[in-house]
Amino acid sequence: MLAYVIRRLLQSVVVLFVMSLLVFVGVYAIGNPVDILINPNADQEDIERAIRGLGLDKPLWEQYFVFLQRALAGDLGRSFAYNVPALQLILERMPATLELATAAMLIAIVLGLPLGLWAGLKPESFAGKAIMTGSILGFSLPTFWVGLMLIMVFSVYLGWLPSNGRGPTTDVLGVPVSFLSWDGIRHLVMPATNLALFKLSLIIRLTRAGTREALLQDYVKFARAKGLSNARVVGVHVLKNILIPIVTVIGLEFGSVIAFAIVTETVFAWPGMGKLIIDSINVLDRPVIVAYLLIIVTLFIFINLAVDVAYSMLDPRVRLADAKG
Amino acid sequence: MNPPAESPAEGATEVVLAAAAAPGVAAPTAAEETPFRRIAADFAASRIALCGLGLFALIVLCALLAPLISPQNPYDLAQLDVLDGRLEPGTRSGDGKRVFWLGTDDQGRDMLSAIFYGLRISIGVGVSATLCALALGLSLGLAAAFFGGRVDALIMRVVDIQLSFPAILIALILLAVLGQGVDKIIVALVAVQWAYYARTVRSAALVERSKEYIEAARCLALPGARIVFRHLLPNCLPPLIVVATVQVAAAIALEATLSFLGLGLPITEPSLGLLIANGFTYMLSGKYWISFFPGVALLATIVSINLVGDQLRDVLNPRLQR
Amino acid sequence: MIPTLAVDQLRTHFFTRQGVVKAVDGVSFDVHAGKVLGLVGESGSGKSMTGFSIIGLVDPPGRIVGGEIRLKGRNLRDLAPAEWRAVRGDRVAMIFQDPMMTLNPVLRIDTQMIEAVRAHAALSVEAARERSREALVRVGIASPDERLRAYPHQFSGGMRQRVAIAIALINRPDLLIADEPTTALDVTIQGQILAEVQKLCRESGTALLWITHDLAVIAGLADEVCVMYAGRIVERGTVNEVLDAPLHPYTRGLLDSVPSRNRPGAPLRQIPGMSPSLARLPEGCAFRERCARATETCLSEPPLYSLGGREVRCFHPIHAEDEASVE
Repeated sequence: MLAYVIRRLLQSVVVLFVMSLLVFVGVYAIGNPVDILINPNADQEDIERAIRGLGLDKPLWEQYFVFLQRALAGDLGRSFAYNVPALQLILERMPATLELATAAMLIAIVLGLPLGLWAGLKPESFAGKAIMTGSILGFSLPTFWVGLMLIMVFSVYLGWLPSNGRGPTTDVLGVPVSFLSWDGIRHLVMPATNLALFKLSLIIRLTRAGTREALLQDYVKFARAKGLSNARVVGVHVLKNILIPIVTVIGLEFGSVIAFAIVTETVFAWPGMGKLIIDSINVLDRPVIVAYLLIIVTLFIFINLAVDVAYSMLDPRVRLADAKG
Repeated sequence: MNPPAESPAEGATEVVLAAAAAPGVAAPTAAEETPFRRIAADFAASRIALCGLGLFALIVLCALLAPLISPQNPYDLAQLDVLDGRLEPGTRSGDGKRVFWLGTDDQGRDMLSAIFYGLRISIGVGVSATLCALALGLSLGLAAAFFGGRVDALIMRVVDIQLSFPAILIALILLAVLGQGVDKIIVALVAVQWAYYARTVRSAALVERSKEYIEAARCLALPGARIVFRHLLPNCLPPLIVVATVQVAAAIALEATLSFLGLGLPITEPSLGLLIANGFTYMLSGKYWISFFPGVALLATIVSINLVGDQLRDVLNPRLQR
Repeated sequence: MIPTLAVDQLRTHFFTRQGVVKAVDGVSFDVHAGKVLGLVGESGSGKSMTGFSIIGLVDPPGRIVGGEIRLKGRNLRDLAPAEWRAVRGDRVAMIFQDPMMTLNPVLRIDTQMIEAVRAHAALSVEAARERSREALVRVGIASPDERLRAYPHQFSGGMRQRVAIAIALINRPDLLIADEPTTALDVTIQGQILAEVQKLCRESGTALLWITHDLAVIAGLADEVCVMYAGRIVERGTVNEVLDAPLHPYTRGLLDSVPSRNRPGAPLRQIPGMSPSLARLPEGCAFRERCARATETCLSEPPLYSLGGREVRCFHPIHAEDEASVE
């Protein structure tokens, strides 16, 4: 078990280095490195000074090492637009995005699992079919459009919820969160629901498919042959089997939710990393783009790692593979 | 000797259906249903899926015939009158010549026409991107399955890494680097999607490759191309069809999202996403129609494709065949 | 002495898009306490479905449409679903073919055994665990405490099947239905399991219904045999009678096609044709199209005749004189 974790950890580090190389190549070799790192509005003398200062007159591999050194020390350049270190900028915005992503994921799971289970148990019933058709709608509706419609209905016509921004924050363990206040929740509800919609449909469909397949298995027939109540057959035998793949999918999808928050943050003007990256792309604030990429890649790699480890712990067949038969 | 008795889940209908489900083997008593007819019949069993198919056909028709059926060419500046801007649905134009059934945008463009043209672009981009991604993914997947070994490992590693990153991120970065334009959007969409096809094709091809008759064909030294095309390829078709159908919808949705964010198609070729983005600012003042109707059109397209794809998946899934 | 199990004209039909499939069409037999009845037939003969019907696990689109299933005199078909559930696992138990998938791979063995006990008796977890331990010992599993805490994938196929048998017998049922439990196992393990089950059933007086396609298994195990074809019983008798002097041409064909009964060098005998689709049975005798003895009479359905203490469903059963001429 430990050997597996260490092996995956090493693999992740390797992938991280490869990705940093790709980002480096993308930024330095394709496109003009001068534009990427130095403010294009500076005058010629400053530009030349900056070039020497940033080591851009050195050979490529040496530049990569410098880049790597700086990255490991936490220096990923300064933002053109805000003139603060890019890394700091992103880390400031991260809690907002994480809060949104977590809220969305929670909504998706809490609603998705029971609905999917029901649809899987009674696929031919009206409720079952309605849930499935609803789930198709859920992942067909373009997120940004749903966001617009939500704003239209709840902010413009009904006036119940604010149309943009994040509520007031309080610090929990040094991290600012907004869901502890009523106003904070009012601001969080729409964007979180918007973001949750796609994942909700996904979880419903996964759970339904898993349930339908599980119900056909011999162990369900055997459990019934033992005279177990339906509640136990479904609640213990079926559920435990389908939860394992679903949990891993949920884990992997969390990364995707963080990325997709870009859209929701844009629609609702939620001050997270996503909005930052869109603004940065629009004003060509490249250090921020580079920093964002590296951080997201790191985040993803470690989410994948965590999910792999969690899977091997949850599934007894993998966990105890080395036990004697 | 006969195969062992049915597992509890199969029951007596196995005898009736097993023969028809076995690839290429026709049972003497169930021969009247060819696989295609059976699939079509299974598909038609869902009324919802049929509605989806009908709706999609209608939409495609509108998109293809856009220049013929639009009351106005929204991109011909000569036909626009800015004074007709931001009119509510159902208003008559200033010169009285036409009714704006779905209202106008800020430039005076008839929303209905804009939607027809927008559908054209959205569907066109979505379908071409899917086809290119399909071709690329298919070749790489088949290559991986057929050659095996290092080639397989390399291709699959790339696929895995790519699939572990969300589509929107990959597309975003590519577009930030490449800039705007129809071809660049298609490149971004292909880059995002090819990996699904490659993986699907490879899995299906591997299943077939491990079957004994392929070993036999190889022993007979049949040319590789023949093995690939006549044997591996047909087995990959069912899952591929399902993936491709769903991916067309995904491509259309992704393109719309990217356009909405301002990174997609340029203003000269407005897809539905851009139309929706245009209307964003007017929503807060109650002029909902500029965003709403293009959104509904987009929605209808994606939902209809997904309904069809969903039913296809259920129908073509061998594990649920009972 | 009433039989433990009395099945009377059982009919289980499936209502599919292709038509009505008569999986079980008028099946009757008895099993007495401590005795073994073998139910023999090919794939699709309806033998497994008979087993499921008896234990009440027929899934839609199938349904029991007629007949009676009497367990110690009580008609199971009269029971409400909750009552039937109380019977299942307690008075009637079933084991299946593939031990790999019969046990839930993500639950521990003790969990799966304890729940079987507590579903039918208000025992504490500890008491239930003690019973499970005893059950494992009874089926010949050493170091039961360790085994209880293990997961199914840590066992071999034979062990898993023993566990399944232990679970089935844990509540001392009156009837055990075994649906080809040894088909997926090695021959040596097969022998062990057979001996084990036989011993357990004789000791506890449990009636055993053994469903299989393998005649060799029946020969060593069963007291009585029923041969099924296309959803019906075509021959019934004691195991010696049926295997030594089969009456029905199908039984004869089954016996002849066992390779070990053939003379070395002689071509293997097989029954021509294929078993019919249950949705489209031929008119008259279902075996007609594959039978060398078929005549015009066979175009009408043969009833089940009594013939010297045995039963056969054929207009032209094989008699001893025919045996000599066939050889």
